[in-house]
Amino acid sequence: MCTTAGWAQEKTSSPELVVAAAADLSTALQEIGDNYERKTGAKIKLSFGASGALTQQIQNGAPFDLFFSADMDYPRQLIAAGDADGASLYQYAVGKLVLWVPVDSSLDVAHKGMDVLLDPSVKKIAIANPQHAPYGRAAVAALKHAGLYDQVNDRLVLGENISQAAQFVESGNAQAGFVALAHAVAPFMRGKGKYWDVPAEFYPPLAQGAVVLSHSQHKKEAADFLQYIKMKEASELLRKYGFTMPQS
Amino acid sequence: MTIDWQAFWLTLQLAITVSAILLVLGLPVAYWIAFSGWRWKFLVEAVVALPIVLPPTVLGFYVLVALGPRSPLGRWWIALTGHTLAFTFSGLVIGSILYSLPFAVQPFAASFAGVDRKLTAASATLGASPLRTFFRVIAPLSIPGLITGTALSFAHTMGEFGVVLMVGGNIPGVTRTVSIDIFDRAQASDYAAANETALLLLAFSFVVLAVVYGVNRKAWVIGPVK
Repeated sequence: MCTTAGWAQEKTSSPELVVAAAADLSTALQEIGDNYERKTGAKIKLSFGASGALTQQIQNGAPFDLFFSADMDYPRQLIAAGDADGASLYQYAVGKLVLWVPVDSSLDVAHKGMDVLLDPSVKKIAIANPQHAPYGRAAVAALKHAGLYDQVNDRLVLGENISQAAQFVESGNAQAGFVALAHAVAPFMRGKGKYWDVPAEFYPPLAQGAVVLSHSQHKKEAADFLQYIKMKEASELLRKYGFTMPQS
Repeated sequence: MTIDWQAFWLTLQLAITVSAILLVLGLPVAYWIAFSGWRWKFLVEAVVALPIVLPPTVLGFYVLVALGPRSPLGRWWIALTGHTLAFTFSGLVIGSILYSLPFAVQPFAASFAGVDRKLTAASATLGASPLRTFFRVIAPLSIPGLITGTALSFAHTMGEFGVVLMVGGNIPGVTRTVSIDIFDRAQASDYAAANETALLLLAFSFVVLAVVYGVNRKAWVIGPVK
């Protein structure tokens, strides 16, 4: 994306938007941002992390203009604290949780689903940290729903965010992991693994919301970008990268 | 919320293990650095010093990859034990040894090199083997350096964060160290608990360093240098 450093900024007419986004958006938002930059000449800078971690940074004055969370609670929390503009809150997507294993794994995850976690070859199961990552909470909810949580609890390893959880399994250090569908279908992981869609009724829906932040100096431009996210072009990319649309 | 004592004891255990191993491993390495006349020695010195300048995330990343089943080392370990080293206490120990290596080796080597050559020469002329000279002359004269190196590697491991974050997996009682616990609580906006734990770590680190430097100062005074 925008790899040029700040000193080139003076020459450009459009300001640089700094966007904090949940880690599951790392592929989709990159491409959406690239398209938007090409279209409008705007500059988009992306910063990815766990939604809870980003919320905490925003509350401590991190210079973001726009926040894409992996849930609705963190944006609402920011709105309640006066750190975000309530009128701008928009649910841009619904995330999906999948159980992912490396492609060379002998686990038949496609047919057995979560039962593969009871296989003795599964020593470590990666999830995102439920303390501050919505996908981590979804994974814990799904395990509890399946009645497996107590049996696998001591084998869980926590990624700082959903991307790190994905990296733990992708590198082979964990034998299975709960990751975002967005990661399973992302170019860097496609073909490296097989996955099972965790049924939607196993965990509270991962409705994902975006808000314009109160400290932003570029609220108008931030709202414009958010407007673009609502358009078909952007939502098709989100769908391509493993999200569903709230209305569909 | 109160202090996570489990994380605290775990970190203490990690720091003690790592500094003890480094005391043993660091001696020959430091001896070689101090006394070898090899022309390319500086390359080894540079490698030993690397963890000082490398971001812990880089170190952690390499350790994670090296421990994983895609590397020969990782495969060998898995064949041996049935599990990967990542997300285990042993994995943290290995990562921390690399991470704290220069903090032990550099003070060791500096104090070895500072020992008066006349004394080692005298020991040799009196028929002592290099090993005997080391344990009877060099090591006793280097006690302040040994204490400093061990204390620094201990303290450095206590405060380790990036490597643990990369290879630990945040398992309570196994790999969740104090620094990870503080990070988690701060990320979850639990500032009160983060504050308490951070203060404990600060006070503990200060006391350890103060005691060590205090002891060291006395060691300087009673040292047999005439």
